[in-house]
Amino acid sequence: MSIVENATQLAQGALQAVMKKAVELAPDSWIPGGVPDPLIAHKHGLVGTQVSRLDGPLKVTGAARFAAEFPLEDLVYAALAYSTIPKGRIATLDVAAAEALPGVVLVMTYKTAPRLNPTPVMMTAPKAVGGDRLPVMQDDRIHWNGEPVAVVLAQTQEQADHAASLIAVTYDTEIAMTRFEDAKADRKNASFMGAPMLLEIGDAETALAAAPHSVDRTYRTPRHNHNPIELHGATLVWQGDDLILHDASQCVAHVAWTLAQVFGIDEAQVHVTSPYVGGGFGSKTLWNHQILAAAAAKLAGRPVRIMLSREGVYRMVGGRTLTEQRVAIGAQADGHFDALIHTGVVAMTSHNNMPEPFILPTRSAYAAGSFLLNVEAVELDMLANTFMRAPGESVGTFALESAVDELAAQLGVDPIALRETNEPETNPTTGTPFSSRNIVAAYRSGAERFGWDKRSATPGTRREGEWLVGMGCATATYPYYRMPGGAARLTLTKDGHATVEIAAHEMGMGTATTHTMVLAERLGLPMDKVTFLYGDSKMPGTVMAGGSQQTASIGAAVIAAQTALFTELLKLAGNDSPLAGLKPSEVGGYEGGLCKLDDPSACESYVSILSRAQRDAVSVEAAGSAPLETQHWSMHSYGAMFAEVRVNTVTGEVRVSRFLGSFDCGKILNPKTATSQFRGGIIMGLGMALMEETQFDERTGRVMNPSLAEYHVPVHMDVPEIEVIWTDIADPHAPMGAHGIGEIGITGVAAAVANAVFNATGKRVRDLPITLDKLM
Amino acid sequence: MQFTINDRPVEVEVDLRTSLLDLLREHLGLMGSKKGCNQGACGACTVLVDGARINSCLALAVQYQGRAITTVEGLADAEGLHPLQRAFIAHDGFQCGYCTPGQLCSAVAMADEIARGIPSHVTGDLTAATIALDHDELRERMSGNLCRCGAYNGIVAAIAETYAAAPARQEEAA
Repeated sequence: MSIVENATQLAQGALQAVMKKAVELAPDSWIPGGVPDPLIAHKHGLVGTQVSRLDGPLKVTGAARFAAEFPLEDLVYAALAYSTIPKGRIATLDVAAAEALPGVVLVMTYKTAPRLNPTPVMMTAPKAVGGDRLPVMQDDRIHWNGEPVAVVLAQTQEQADHAASLIAVTYDTEIAMTRFEDAKADRKNASFMGAPMLLEIGDAETALAAAPHSVDRTYRTPRHNHNPIELHGATLVWQGDDLILHDASQCVAHVAWTLAQVFGIDEAQVHVTSPYVGGGFGSKTLWNHQILAAAAAKLAGRPVRIMLSREGVYRMVGGRTLTEQRVAIGAQADGHFDALIHTGVVAMTSHNNMPEPFILPTRSAYAAGSFLLNVEAVELDMLANTFMRAPGESVGTFALESAVDELAAQLGVDPIALRETNEPETNPTTGTPFSSRNIVAAYRSGAERFGWDKRSATPGTRREGEWLVGMGCATATYPYYRMPGGAARLTLTKDGHATVEIAAHEMGMGTATTHTMVLAERLGLPMDKVTFLYGDSKMPGTVMAGGSQQTASIGAAVIAAQTALFTELLKLAGNDSPLAGLKPSEVGGYEGGLCKLDDPSACESYVSILSRAQRDAVSVEAAGSAPLETQHWSMHSYGAMFAEVRVNTVTGEVRVSRFLGSFDCGKILNPKTATSQFRGGIIMGLGMALMEETQFDERTGRVMNPSLAEYHVPVHMDVPEIEVIWTDIADPHAPMGAHGIGEIGITGVAAAVANAVFNATGKRVRDLPITLDKLM
Repeated sequence: MQFTINDRPVEVEVDLRTSLLDLLREHLGLMGSKKGCNQGACGACTVLVDGARINSCLALAVQYQGRAITTVEGLADAEGLHPLQRAFIAHDGFQCGYCTPGQLCSAVAMADEIARGIPSHVTGDLTAATIALDHDELRERMSGNLCRCGAYNGIVAAIAETYAAAPARQEEAA
């Protein structure tokens, strides 16, 4: 990062700090969510019932259309060639053999690519979503091992793949920094979202040294890749200077804006659609492949389909970086924390801005007499790392929650009891009140359901044949976020059908189904009278499906749109209506019309209002409020994670035999899809605990296992029946009383497994993944 | 090249290098079969050839001339969805839906393998006349179909309900 950017970020940080204080001190009623969403009080509606996915029939018949499946006339197929060195210059680049092959339409290299602007990298502008800030194929420089060096377009994929294999490149190699240990000589304090991560309250080191009990350990987590099963791909076409991109995206509006900057055109000239996305987990943003395919399409004057190979995804789409974390806790004999230290180092690059913020969970997890939190970053010559499911919390909770377990073992107390002892009253590092925090209740119900009382407090004492059996627990946590930019268009037609349009995303979270339920309940319509349209950058809103914030963003936008709609309807209803003279806040949607909230006999149906006003439809567009609630209250989701593992004494294999997640995530809107999200997160957490590692060759900077055969993700046989329960206590300050739940499931899982492995064997593994060699 | 695909005769001329998966997707417009790795590691491309499951990404189309190929588009009949498709919806056996066609085709053939008495790695008695479709058999036999969203519990429940008389939940094997 440049000095200017650093200074800009710090200045923004200072301004934010002043604003933050004002928001913290404001009366609740000034803040969004200060008056609870009326939907929270609904008891017998659709929300909270089990509803099957509305897109289910399309998905089980193969009819759902993914990005690389859009039919276009005259389509050509793309294939890429990748650099094999981490740093240097291209010396020679011979494309003649590739160009000579039948069917080849174009070979594009830095010599022929159109001039493009550098990609605005994530978090440098509201809609910036580039994975790195580098110019794409603009010169002979190589910045990472695997950077694309040529694009081939051909009539068929087979022709393109063959041609790409014939591209001959030689390099002038330069010395690259690819060793983490070497890079640590030059480490810098890192900032996240414009604010420094260094946090000091009291003198934690001194308090740690003086504490009668303490743990002080180093934990390591490796690189990870998201590995959605749908490969990154796109089908795109230029119509004049306008680009139409069918993408696999979790941020259509961001991609449209960012691509417009790259190509030097207006945002409105880029139209991104993404109706179905085959998993994202943080990876389906903007990487080189969309840019290169669009550039090549422009040169060739043909529509292009690009679908990365699985290896291509590893070469070009960043994953989660590695972390080395120190957690030290100083405690009194009664378990109260005097000092909580969570510091460490992560790797990133000079061309991105994502220092994995592993300290985030520690900011609000426990009360302590003193805190020292910090993340330092080093720069490597590698593919830019990026956000992956629960960035920060997923790996941070591994270290923090392992250390709490270590302290509990040392003190000889139950690890749940130790956590309760240190339960904070308010956010321990900001002092702001919690909006809704019921982690103790989640632990109690989870422990009872799981049979925690059957856990042996002494490790290594439960044996079944050649298997040692143990139980472990850990806290899951992820913030409630709501990013600015949510907006929605709401249209009601004279047949009483409502359609909401919002540039949001359905990657399998259940968004389309759940928000159809929510809108139906808000308007008092059956679900078949409500349509939720999404996944199109021409729709209102800048809504990233990330940070578990999409539910809140859509929720707040729909609340605003509903108010606007009711305002219009009351105007149309006029003086002849039973609703005459009422304000929007005095009416609610009920059985196909509007009713006075405190007098359900004063009603008029939507059909009646529109027909009397001689209107075919009424359409409104509104933006969600500024997300000030996240600064006024400390808003988080929680979970108590319980694992039972079996460790083979002969082979060292670990099998997770039972797992339970007990969650406190506000109101659960659709238990059926919510259960799947929780389980899905937990399963990715099991992968992180036991098998997932992107192996990085520190000599060459090259990913060594770029395939699903060598990067292991959990398969059917690795996954037991996972039990999921929740408090269902609504967060009074969140739209619908609900929190997004896409990420919390992965947090705490690796620690729960590691703690269970310790309980089973007496061996403490502080270095993920917990493979059998570490237990032999 | 001639094939029977989802009970319909198909004749098409393609490059000999074309995989069965690319034939289906790019030449015949049958996009239901998915490409997740193109190297036989994820199972998203699973289709049935004369009732047996294969990874269509590892198969050259030219090898399968004259064979009867069933894709996810061919599972439902005129009466409506296949019972397994309905069970996947009822048990939420998917999230993003990308691995789903492969899971469905794989499960249909897997049930047939069990019915034919073909043992697996976890089958206790290799000489038994019948193999129960219990939780371990089911999970072992479906382990070639990856689901990154982690819908495994729902998938297992859906397959168990469709093909096994006994409930899926059994004691986990170590």
